[in-house]
Amino acid sequence: MTELVAPVPVVSPTRAKTSLMRRLVRNPVGLTALFFLALVALVAVFGPLLAPADPNAASLQTILLAPGEQGYVLGADSAGRDVLSRLLSATQISIGAALVAVVVALALGVTGGLLAGYYGKWFDSVSSWLTGLIMALPGIVVLLAARAVLGPSVWLSMAIFGVLMSPAFFRLVYASVTAVRNELYVDAARVSGLRDGRIIARHILSVVRAPVIIQAAMITGIAIAIQSGLEFLGLGDLSVPTWGGMLSDGFTKIYNAPVLMLWPSLAIGLTCISLTLLANALRDALERSSSTRKRRRAGKVNGAPAERAAVVGHADDVRAAKGEVLLSVRDLHVGYDQPDGSLTQVVHGIDLDIRKGEVHGLIGESGSGKTQTAFSVLGLLPSGGRVTKGTIDFGGLQLADAGENVYRKVRGKRIAYVPQEPMSNLDGAFTIGSQLVEPMRVVLGLSKQAATERALALLARVGLPDPKKTFASYPHEISGGQAQRVLIAGAVSCDPELLIADEPTTALDVTVQAEVLDLLRDLQAEFGMAMLLVTHNFGVVADLCDRVSVMQSGLIVESGPVRSIFNHAEHPYTQSLLDAILEDGEPRGALAPRKEVSA
Amino acid sequence: MLTFIVRRLLSGAVLLFVITTVAYTLLYLGGGDIARRILGQNATQEQVAAKAAELGLDKPLLEQYGGWLSQAVTGDLGRSWFSGQLVTVGVSSRLAVTLSIVIGAVLIAAVVAVTLGVLAAVRGGVIDRIVQFISVLGFAIPGFLIALGLVLVFAINLKLFKATGYVPITESFAGWLASVTLPVAALAIGAIASVTQQVRGSATDALNRDYVRTLRSRGLGSNRVVYKHVLRNAGGPALAVLAVQFVGLVGGAVIVEQVFALPGLGQLAVQSTTNGDIPNVMGLVLATAVIVVVVNLLIDLAQAALNPKVRLS
Repeated sequence: MTELVAPVPVVSPTRAKTSLMRRLVRNPVGLTALFFLALVALVAVFGPLLAPADPNAASLQTILLAPGEQGYVLGADSAGRDVLSRLLSATQISIGAALVAVVVALALGVTGGLLAGYYGKWFDSVSSWLTGLIMALPGIVVLLAARAVLGPSVWLSMAIFGVLMSPAFFRLVYASVTAVRNELYVDAARVSGLRDGRIIARHILSVVRAPVIIQAAMITGIAIAIQSGLEFLGLGDLSVPTWGGMLSDGFTKIYNAPVLMLWPSLAIGLTCISLTLLANALRDALERSSSTRKRRRAGKVNGAPAERAAVVGHADDVRAAKGEVLLSVRDLHVGYDQPDGSLTQVVHGIDLDIRKGEVHGLIGESGSGKTQTAFSVLGLLPSGGRVTKGTIDFGGLQLADAGENVYRKVRGKRIAYVPQEPMSNLDGAFTIGSQLVEPMRVVLGLSKQAATERALALLARVGLPDPKKTFASYPHEISGGQAQRVLIAGAVSCDPELLIADEPTTALDVTVQAEVLDLLRDLQAEFGMAMLLVTHNFGVVADLCDRVSVMQSGLIVESGPVRSIFNHAEHPYTQSLLDAILEDGEPRGALAPRKEVSA
Repeated sequence: MLTFIVRRLLSGAVLLFVITTVAYTLLYLGGGDIARRILGQNATQEQVAAKAAELGLDKPLLEQYGGWLSQAVTGDLGRSWFSGQLVTVGVSSRLAVTLSIVIGAVLIAAVVAVTLGVLAAVRGGVIDRIVQFISVLGFAIPGFLIALGLVLVFAINLKLFKATGYVPITESFAGWLASVTLPVAALAIGAIASVTQQVRGSATDALNRDYVRTLRSRGLGSNRVVYKHVLRNAGGPALAVLAVQFVGLVGGAVIVEQVFALPGLGQLAVQSTTNGDIPNVMGLVLATAVIVVVVNLLIDLAQAALNPKVRLS
């Protein structure tokens, strides 16, 4: 697994909130959207006062006046009414009605979501069924029917639209609440005697507040769009000026005076765009606040140690000295590019040699960089990660800066990989068999039949009792131990020279762990592979490895033959790792004489 | 599989029953003096009362709805109170128009959105930002504004298409194509925006899955992994959004049809609801609800085909 632990600064809620606002304002898109919406809000409040004329005063003399004529700044519409005055007055009604929809949706959705999520039981099923029902209704047909029943009131139709939109809030709040309800801190609050209302207000509302604000911005936009759409259809209240009504009027004069459509279109379009952009900017700001908040300069490198300490080396003993070097890593640095242009370094210059046929343990605690080292050899660092310095020499091939075309000939065929977490490393949408057959056909050029036969043989070899059944199964139909055997079969399927096993037993049951280690040992001997075994467990190292490198904080601190390290560990970190397993009891079969491996 | 379909059809039937009940009740409560509206202002009080009795408007709600329901299950939705046309005929002829533009828009949206979304997720960087920006705009601008813009530019200024009117596909394929191109485009843009966002998100998610790394470690090229494994895993969420879009587009079509003067459900819906033509409105409600049930069922079946875990449960 990737072990990237970014330092998360502890921020008090109020500081987080102000910095969220500041980040939003610093984002030019967010700032522009906010500015425009503030303008719209001002017009909505003061618009009718600013209007130079009565928005409903019709006049035969001024029908379809062009903008600027006779003091009509934006011209006059098909009934001779002043377009500017109508636009200013319409803003109040259009925005106000949209807010009605949002308030209704918020009231129903948030309350329902809180109650259903927190109390569950029958309330849960009833409200989930109701939201399903509401979401199945085509909104506009309901609104049309409601208009037939209740008359052309923009306020009423927006209130009904609020009901139709409430599932959006319900789902959001419900999901957050069910996730939070069983968190330990909520349990703790309950045990300490806090009343339900206090718990909801303190612990649960604070979690959903930000997503609800974002959703509200989106829904305001949708409400404005739907409301203008209804009025555009001519179903609105004709006695009050609205954006949609103005658009509808302009549409009837689309050949004579298309400019009439421009102003309400701009008002509707820009308001909807601003609301969406604001919601997006808020979401971005929120997401960024959960990662590191420090501002970094481009080109700066974070996390590198001041200086490289010397590696404690052990002289090779007779057995471990054998064989020519297969993989030679020199001064390897691995870093991750950050969005602000800086680089966070996780491996700070390590040397590593693996000889043919040798089992090399790479041991260290979580976050020490051992998995990053393994991934850089495979050329499969997570996105943003790269080898920033150093060389990876694999049988004469230079891999540190190799492209996909070099790696395509190496991966699977020469270097293979056994992952840590068996279940997530199988694609749940395909059968086990197809995931084994596909690489063999691509890498070895086997026919479908030959690949299938080989896959079945491998499944039998790794100890699966019914290879045919496993072959036809989907990943969710087999156990974790079986899945790991499948992954091992897949790794050795193309007869690799080096097998990289990343904590291959960590995620398995204790009883299965020993079996999988035995399997790896047997296969390693049988295929004559070299193996890089990444682990945090010295017991596993003692069990399997010829040589071991100890990694701490992105550096190798001690390296040598297993026997020598066990007997004379010099680095304090190695000693503490050794002490840890001795406390747990004797390592399984440590240092027992084992069969020689031909290189 | 079969029990799954039967179960979904049953729950669909329950949904239809609930929706029609609610709709009928609302229409009954707010109906007003429909007989008077049908006959006009010059009719006598006796004529109006006779008409009301003829339509069954004097009966209590339960009896009226029971009558409608017992006929509806046999496929008889009655006649329009205003035009006298059979509701099944009126609705289905218009349904064909609406469905042709909605299905067209959904298909186009699916193809374009998957292409853009996967491109954005795989390439990242500038392409990703451009795709995201466009899809935000497409999402934010209301569909009928896009429709108006298309009419202004392509029909009125460039004169590439006719602004209004509909040519049935049975009459002329080219004519039909020309008459639906702008409406389909207007509907598709919003759908493309939403589905692209979803595809981008789920493709990014799928790309970061452990099994992608493991498959690549076996020697599969990254393109192969993307097209086979990432697409299939991103397909489920994308289909779910597409289903929501389909339902939304039926609603959006109501407004867009009005812009292009297409004789679809939208026109019928606006007429019938303003008149209080209960048989027609009920026919529309039923038709849209059936579409929703059928689309959701189809999408669930497609999900099951994509995801073996769903297949078994």
